[in-house]
Amino acid sequence: MDQVMSICCYCGCGCGLYLQVEQGRVVGVMPSHNHPVSQGNLCVKGWHLHEFIHDPRRLTQPLIRRNGTLLPASWDEALDFTAQSLLAIKEQYGPDRIGVLASAKCTNEENYLLQKFTRAVLGTNNIDHCARL
Amino acid sequence: MAGLATTFGSGAMTNSINELSSAQVILLSGSNTTEAHPQVARRIYDAVDQGARLIVIDPRQTAMASLAHIHLQLRPGTDIPLLNGMMRCILDENLVDELFVEMRTENYIPLRDLLLTIDLNEVTATTGVSIKDIARAARIYARAQRSVICYCLGVTQHICGTANVQSYAGLAMLTGHVEREFTGVDPLRGQNNVQGACDMGGLPAVLPGYQMVADPVVRDKFDRAWGVCLSDKPGQTLLDMTHGAGSPGDKLRAMYIMGENPMLSDPVLDQVEATLDSLDFLVVADLFLTETAARADVVFPAASFAEKNGTVTNSERRVQYMNKAIDPPGAARDDGWIIMELSRRMGYAMEYESSAEIMEEICLLTPIYGGMYHDRLIDNWGLQWPCSDRAHPGTPFLHKFSFARGRGRFQPASHVPPAEPVDSAFPFLLITGRSYHHYHTGTMSRCCPTLNREHDKPFLDMHPDDATRLNIPDGSRVQVTSRRGSCKFFLRYCQSLAPGDLYCDFHFHEAPVNVLTLSARDPEAHCPEFKLCAVRVEEVI
Repeated sequence: MDQVMSICCYCGCGCGLYLQVEQGRVVGVMPSHNHPVSQGNLCVKGWHLHEFIHDPRRLTQPLIRRNGTLLPASWDEALDFTAQSLLAIKEQYGPDRIGVLASAKCTNEENYLLQKFTRAVLGTNNIDHCARL
Repeated sequence: MAGLATTFGSGAMTNSINELSSAQVILLSGSNTTEAHPQVARRIYDAVDQGARLIVIDPRQTAMASLAHIHLQLRPGTDIPLLNGMMRCILDENLVDELFVEMRTENYIPLRDLLLTIDLNEVTATTGVSIKDIARAARIYARAQRSVICYCLGVTQHICGTANVQSYAGLAMLTGHVEREFTGVDPLRGQNNVQGACDMGGLPAVLPGYQMVADPVVRDKFDRAWGVCLSDKPGQTLLDMTHGAGSPGDKLRAMYIMGENPMLSDPVLDQVEATLDSLDFLVVADLFLTETAARADVVFPAASFAEKNGTVTNSERRVQYMNKAIDPPGAARDDGWIIMELSRRMGYAMEYESSAEIMEEICLLTPIYGGMYHDRLIDNWGLQWPCSDRAHPGTPFLHKFSFARGRGRFQPASHVPPAEPVDSAFPFLLITGRSYHHYHTGTMSRCCPTLNREHDKPFLDMHPDDATRLNIPDGSRVQVTSRRGSCKFFLRYCQSLAPGDLYCDFHFHEAPVNVLTLSARDPEAHCPEFKLCAVRVEEVI
């Protein structure tokens, strides 16, 4: 079994933990003993962190709405359709009519890229996230 | 965040979580710490075991309040008069740290003038807390060498949230309880990377590292780094976006939502729904088909935290590295890949080989992250910002020797009554929050069988006296109605609330609490008044 160093994905305590991986599946969680916050401890949400990762309801392919229904599509179709739609709206109405929500659940690197995309590619500062909620 | 940024110059925890266990006095406000931040609660227990005094300011008798030496059970939304009362006592008893106020702060005289007009009898009438308790709490907090304030969304999610925070910061400065280890003002962050999403400029008025969009020098730096000409117009806030604010000419036509679920988390859900439905184009990236994703035109399947490399920043500003443990399911991809692919298809190449390469760009452009190179964060538990360069060891506590903004600024405030007071038609005040077993909109936690087994129903907590008066038995189905909508809960008798107050969680899509809440919000931070709205309760027969 592999022990992979990670950080709990729930609250802002940021507990250090090890994901226990067996045959490509996360099967359990162990707290780090020398992590400055967790110190060998996790709360109930942390101990059961692995349970949602392999939930059968996880999305596994891109979806596009066709005739009112979300249907499976390829990445190329979904990305091209999105790029064209955003470009068309930017062209017709201007960049400030597009809004972006970043995520307190994504990494720093992803949030950096998303705000760079919003500001440099879409051309607007309309970006925020749920810090206030 | 706006509250601490305007008083201290930086909107983050001033201490490390570990420092709490060595404090002599902990003043905890608006935080159900044992349920929402269990590890912080452990440090508070440790401190109390070692003889620290605990003061809790909360309208609910939380587990922390039961342990407290003094529980100031104020009426919801009366933090400002309570703090003005405490500060008046500190002034009257000569407990002001005159040297600190003189050397390190500004704007003290207007605060003193305001405090001298405070009538403590009036404070008691407004807050429901006795003068004796206010004075005791003030003395204990002011006299100790190492006093620390912790607060959470019970302080910020009010129409006067910014002024609330400024008042807590004022109390700390008045008594010199900042700038040293074990003393300070600590907002507890609710999400694993809410600090980082702010740090990275996921905000409408600031670029990474809180560098202002409005500052031409800052824009020039990013213009050159990114090869574009950035807009100088600050963007719309989240509630403006999800509530379709502004004139019809400003309304959004398209949105890209990455891993958020405003269809459960935002106030006045009817309005959010109308806004999302009015868009020409909505794209959502998420792990699950959330209430929000179900309304999208395109849905991207995203990778979970275990399926990618990258860093997250916790409440104490600690930037920590997460290792990829497994591959994402099916065709799901991480958000970084999705953004890069989209950007390329829109004519702007973003080519990063790895998340480490993205971080190198962040380090170059963001002074507080200047030394956060991945190779320094791998195989250890990270570094705390500010961390200016490769040799910098990180910063466990802030504002040593001087505040980030130079001098700390007192911002005197007066009582702001709740946006929606109770009346005969809507006689109860509803407070919302989080439970121990679930998390935010439940997208992840409600997929965990163990957590569901422990807690699978939306409860409404009510004091037994109120329930008896209304003749509703424990466990009944009840309907809660506000001026905006209604939803159904299971009633739970609860001694820890004051009669007249109600409490519920917001994790359950079958009881979407935010159809009830107000969109009234703080004018500076735009934080909605989630903690208070007027409702009535009926049994469902």
